[in-house]
Amino acid sequence: MKAKVYVTLKPSVLDPQGKAIKHSVELLGYGGISDIRQGKYFEIAVDGSLGEDQARDEAERMAREVLSNPIIEDFRVEIET
Amino acid sequence: MKFGVIVFPGSNCDHDAYHVISKHVGQPVDFIWHRETDLSSYDAVIIPGGFSYGDYLRAGALARFSPVMNSVKEFAARDKLVLGICNGFQILCEAGLLPGAARGKRQHAVYARLETRKRPAHAHRARRRKLCL
Repeated sequence: MKAKVYVTLKPSVLDPQGKAIKHSVELLGYGGISDIRQGKYFEIAVDGSLGEDQARDEAERMAREVLSNPIIEDFRVEIET
Repeated sequence: MKFGVIVFPGSNCDHDAYHVISKHVGQPVDFIWHRETDLSSYDAVIIPGGFSYGDYLRAGALARFSPVMNSVKEFAARDKLVLGICNGFQILCEAGLLPGAARGKRQHAVYARLETRKRPAHAHRARRRKLCL
């Protein structure tokens, strides 16, 4: 089982990396892009000792305490069985 | 006055801090490896700049969990001097040691205002640097 954690900047927070990437992508000729925002993705392999709900709880706790900065970032957890 | 300079894997301004304290301030100073926990012999602790843990995850985010940081919190609680420079300052923010850094909504409001004003990127960085001072 895998816990997947997506960490993204809150919508109201400026993302200079995303803006720089968008700028470069446009220079390369890609069109029709209105915005790019960059985030982080974590794949956490869970061993058999945890059930799905427990794995989700652990991943959410980890995301809150370590993986994200709750002041400027949101996170989302998905469990893949 | 005895100083300690904390060294994390990836700190690279630790020798600068050591040099300034020993040669220019003229006070005794030691390096403190981040796994040490006894700060009882120091009057002031410096968390130097650099790239603790390679800035992995977020600047300062992993250094916050080093064993020495619990001792730094106790040290600060006893009203001893703690100085964080650059990445050291970021570590103090991540560790929740700086009042203001943990005030989510206020910080959030600053970033939000910067975005709505459509300031150029360099102005945003300048503003953030100013906030850190």
